[in-house]
Amino acid sequence: MTTLANLARLIRSKNAGPFELTFDIMFDDQPTYLRVKRSGMLTREKVAACYGVEPSQVKFFEVDNALAFKASIPRPVVQGDPRDSDGHGGQQYAPLMDIEIP
Amino acid sequence: MEELRILSPTGVCGSGFVESSFEQGLAQKPHVIGCDGGSTDPGPAYLGSGRTAFPKDAIRRDLRLMLLGARRLKIPLLMGSAGTGGNDVQLEGVHQLVREIAAAEGLNFKLALIHSEQKKDYLKKRLREGRVKALDPAPHFDEATIDRSEHIVGMMGADPFIRALENGADVVIAGRASDTAIFASVPIMRGFPEALAWHAGKILECGAASVVQRKTPDCMFAWVRKDHFIVEAPDPALTCTPQSIASHSLYENSDPFRLVECSGTLDLTRSRYEAATARAVKVSGSEFIPAQRYTVKLEGAEKAGYQSILIGSIRDPFIIRQIDDWTARLEERIHSRVKMVYGDKLKPDDYLLFIRIYGKNGTMGALEPVKEIRSHELCLSFEVTAPTQEIASTIASVIRHQALHLPIPEWSGLITAVACPYNHLDRGAVYRFNVNHVVEPDHPCEMFPMEIFDINRDSEKKLAA
Repeated sequence: MTTLANLARLIRSKNAGPFELTFDIMFDDQPTYLRVKRSGMLTREKVAACYGVEPSQVKFFEVDNALAFKASIPRPVVQGDPRDSDGHGGQQYAPLMDIEIP
Repeated sequence: MEELRILSPTGVCGSGFVESSFEQGLAQKPHVIGCDGGSTDPGPAYLGSGRTAFPKDAIRRDLRLMLLGARRLKIPLLMGSAGTGGNDVQLEGVHQLVREIAAAEGLNFKLALIHSEQKKDYLKKRLREGRVKALDPAPHFDEATIDRSEHIVGMMGADPFIRALENGADVVIAGRASDTAIFASVPIMRGFPEALAWHAGKILECGAASVVQRKTPDCMFAWVRKDHFIVEAPDPALTCTPQSIASHSLYENSDPFRLVECSGTLDLTRSRYEAATARAVKVSGSEFIPAQRYTVKLEGAEKAGYQSILIGSIRDPFIIRQIDDWTARLEERIHSRVKMVYGDKLKPDDYLLFIRIYGKNGTMGALEPVKEIRSHELCLSFEVTAPTQEIASTIASVIRHQALHLPIPEWSGLITAVACPYNHLDRGAVYRFNVNHVVEPDHPCEMFPMEIFDINRDSEKKLAA
């Protein structure tokens, strides 16, 4: 058992426009990417649980040629609103780092 | 024409690029230089206020080199999203920079300015006709939203750029534009496949962001051909790999396979990425699905109010262990003191009080999964957003005084609970994005009026638009 943080080349979050937040989980090599893909631990449902949204609100993609997973959710607070804490959306990925992968 | 070569000096005009990379790019004989000038990423304050995210001096440095390079090779220079948000104030700011540089360098050229700021009456008319459609997710948008907006811009596609070039423009400075459209316009105009034009544009618009390891903002170059395109960074130390280029379709998009433009959708599901050389990548197989209706995305910003903030820290472990309760009691006290000061002239809904607690959940707020903290100190940011700066500033003073002396049961006597390194700060007006909708125009250029100028060193003559 290890964590996604130990396997990924890069886990990042960013605005996808002012109204959406997007996460990229990228790998260096095919075996590691496939290990995560086949584990069934990184899913739409998992991302939904990490960010308190319904699975139907999560766009989830497996991007084989980039050796990457991608997920997008509606921004919890619109970018730049008085309650927004992260204008670029760049520090919202930490909960994904702890996802356990067999 | 078998091949169309495009040079992108950098991801955003004003973020910089390496001059030797740019010279290498020019030596590869581009047919056009394109540059993105803005984004929503720096936040709503720029579109709302008309300021630029990158300072004017930094924009001037990049723009000067691009103008000199383009005029030396006698090729067009296209810039979109001028001045960050692309509103008329920002467009005019960049227009003045172009004039200054032309005068200082003795340049002559035909300049097209393309406006993207939308008239309120036009938007209301389209709204009433049911030709303003919400994207998902979208805030509520009605005529009152239009009236409240400081600026609303439309995001132009490739068509206004093509029209400017067909009118003989050497330099095109455009308001808000799809980043990709800046680069896709010339290959589309010259008859190259739209899918390749848009996909190459998607990679070019970020400059060297799609290389394996970007050191600083820098140039990117593309060779667009009939059945594929090749991308390579002009700096010989930078490498593109099939994976680095494929990965770039993930950046700042919600969907890595389908990129929606005004005129259709770029579909990357079947794209193939192959190594062309040790540091260049060949891309083919991308598809473009024309839209049923041409749509133009809107971006708008309105004033959220005026803000004052106070920063302080807490080191007392008694206060830290009851921080949620402490801030809840503090908020009550602030509201009751504000009521004493303003009476009925200011209702609780007229201002927003917000307390961030760094060291607890300052970054993720309610989404923070770590509930139990072990921080030995906390940083608090107290923020008030109010109808005027004077009121915001007054409430910030109330916050300071109430926070300083808010008692806790563990101590008896007057305490001083917060360490403040300085007095509160007045931030001025703050803004919010207020629209995520598209308009269905009659014509791709209807929302984007163009002006053409004959720039002759230090003189400028306006030609018929």
